[in-house]
Amino acid sequence: MSEQLDQALSRKYDAGFVSDIESETFLPGLDEDVIRRISAMKEEPEWMLEWRLRAYNNWLDMEEPEWAHVHYPKIDFKAISYYSAPKSMADKPQSLDEVDPELLRTYEKLGIPLYEQEMLAGVAVDAVFDSVSVVTTYRAKLEEAGVIFCPISEAVHKYPELVKKYLGSVVPRSDNYFAALNSAVFTDGSFVFIPKGVRCPMELSTYFRINEENTGQFERTLIIAEEGSHVSYLEGCTAPQRDENQLHAAVVELVVMDDAQIKYSTVQNWYPGDENGKGGIYNFVTKRAICHTNAKVSWTQVETGSAITWKYPSCILKGDNSVGEFYSVALTRGRQQADTGTKMIHLGKNTRSTIISKGISAGNSNNTYRGLVHMGAKAEGARNFTQCDSLLIGDRCGAHTFPYIESRNPSAIVEHEATTSKVSDDQMFLCQQRGLDPEKAVSMIVNGFCKEVFKELPMEFAVEAGKLLEISLEGSIG
Amino acid sequence: MLKINNLHASVEQKEILKGLNLDIKPGEVHAIMGPNGAGKSTLGYILSGREGYEVSEGQVEFHGEDLLDMAIEERAHKGLFLAFQYPVEIPGVSNMAFMKESVNAIREQRGETPLTATEFLKKAKEACKQVQLSLDFLKRGVNEGFSGGEKKRNEIMQMILLEPSLCILDESDSGLDIDALQVVANGVNSQRDGKRSFIIITHYQRLLDYIKPDYVHILANGKVVKSGDASLATDVEKEGYAFLGQDNAEEKNA
Ligand SMILES: Nc1ncnc2c1ncn2[C@@H]1O[C@H](COP(=O)(O)OP(=O)(O)O)[C@@H](O)[C@H]1O
Ligand SMILES: [Mg+2]
Repeated sequence: MSEQLDQALSRKYDAGFVSDIESETFLPGLDEDVIRRISAMKEEPEWMLEWRLRAYNNWLDMEEPEWAHVHYPKIDFKAISYYSAPKSMADKPQSLDEVDPELLRTYEKLGIPLYEQEMLAGVAVDAVFDSVSVVTTYRAKLEEAGVIFCPISEAVHKYPELVKKYLGSVVPRSDNYFAALNSAVFTDGSFVFIPKGVRCPMELSTYFRINEENTGQFERTLIIAEEGSHVSYLEGCTAPQRDENQLHAAVVELVVMDDAQIKYSTVQNWYPGDENGKGGIYNFVTKRAICHTNAKVSWTQVETGSAITWKYPSCILKGDNSVGEFYSVALTRGRQQADTGTKMIHLGKNTRSTIISKGISAGNSNNTYRGLVHMGAKAEGARNFTQCDSLLIGDRCGAHTFPYIESRNPSAIVEHEATTSKVSDDQMFLCQQRGLDPEKAVSMIVNGFCKEVFKELPMEFAVEAGKLLEISLEGSIG
Repeated sequence: MLKINNLHASVEQKEILKGLNLDIKPGEVHAIMGPNGAGKSTLGYILSGREGYEVSEGQVEFHGEDLLDMAIEERAHKGLFLAFQYPVEIPGVSNMAFMKESVNAIREQRGETPLTATEFLKKAKEACKQVQLSLDFLKRGVNEGFSGGEKKRNEIMQMILLEPSLCILDESDSGLDIDALQVVANGVNSQRDGKRSFIIITHYQRLLDYIKPDYVHILANGKVVKSGDASLATDVEKEGYAFLGQDNAEEKNA
């Protein structure tokens, strides 16, 4: 049966096409000069360049981390190109009409028709292609509400004070190896600022696409929610099917002021490599939020892509009564390896966190949950609840759970529950006896397993996530 | 509609069915009785195509086609339905979503348009009522935390929704109190329309007081050892399976 299941799961990677777009791409290599050139391409002010160079020097002194439960050949950082941009973007198009149609077609093929998105869906999109932001929709409407949503490269010019104040304030330049590298060479990403008391009038989303060969993508996202503001932000990612591994090392920083709320959702579908483990994206991501008094952050992620995933969206619950949530679905198959989880750092009083992690392993893949719950000395009455479920499909895959708990406060309560289950022959047989083909049967069972997480996703994304797992109408009619 | 000819089948290299014959015409209700371990569930599984059951000899024709050649879901599409002896749970998948997928998968194969959410809901509500399950059961995970009796009624509910041409009920009566038994029986009887056929697998004669079979077959030692009308079931109830002889008495205790 497990073969049948494998087949059902080894679907084609639909986003694997390459767009024929003329690009300006740096030769592979990394040194100070490359960083100066990136900075020059973006016409950055001196302070930004200096910040990058300091990060680069931090990075040179650091070692690549090896503690994660993933195995891959050493990355040759000199063999990667650190900048690639469609040539047509050199003229900085001002609206959708001026954007290269081939670029727009790329997003259309990926199911993100930017025009329609602008007209119908009511979702503002920032589309990042390789190293540059192609277009950000709905900007005027957002500006009316006082919301800033623009490429971070633009924010460096337009809002230097905000960028200077907050960039690196949550994830410092020297935080970890990949964050330092990102700080040195980041090329684009989104910048969001929600002013005091404002509820962002629509969902914001960024769509990341790697196209160019041998190119790394190093995006940087910074979201600032001022006192009492609310925003829901979505992030999606795909890449062409290539034989070589490609590096994606992103940093996301969320600043959540008193009484503010950020909901951050990700559907990650980078190319996972073929069934033999050839090719695929190496995804090394640092995501972290700092929560002030009564603030709330909710991370929801659906991770189905990448050859390697190394990612721990975290919350520093600094303010009293602040809340952190982490809802995760990580699906691995073929030879994929995922080491993902979260860190909940409880510093303030009565801080609360919830972690729901659903790992699904199929084929020869390895799926690891790694989570830290830290209860600081001053975290009176803090609480955490963690639930960690693994679902195995077939018997050649692995599921691993590494929960770390540190408690410095006797009044803090930490609860942890974990289960491991299998897609059983009986379940498959029931589904097929009721007329479902094996593919549908698996996706149905997997979908049921993920339900608690999917219900946290915004509607549009729940649909996308569902499709991603070849899932039916479950949820929308349930 | 269903013709089983000299069927031999084994599980784990152990021969369970040893030359079974059965002929079922449209609209007929056949009861299959027999001691524990006789191979009744095995027969249901083989007809529905469950993996792990090896057919070594014999043929099965369903609506004039070779049944044994079809995939599990194909058999379902052609109208074969199995109500399970032990229904399995699918956590997190709502009964409603599951049944809607299932109904529409089968409709699609028949060249019918899929039911919309509203159309389906209407049917599902009626089916629920018929088996006396509250509407909550549509929202709950498939069989998730259902009692034994609720699981059995849920199977009948699915049968009603799927409108199969051949229904195989594997001990749908076991573990039911008298009220639940009547609910199940009424569910089945409501589906008897002169065309739909039934194989009712049961251990006891009790269910057959409510669902009147056209034929009763005693399955023992991998074969139909005796066939008759409804009165055969009453005989069995009185005398047990002892009349089957020496080697079958052994099976009974196994
Ligand atoms: N998966 C299996 N592996 C080994 N033996 C089996 C398996 N399934 C059924 N059997 C055996 O086949 C025989 C018939 O079982 P079954 O069809 O369930 O009987 P019944 O439903 O009539 O009680 C029994 O002896 C049972 O132990
Ligand atoms: Mg049985």
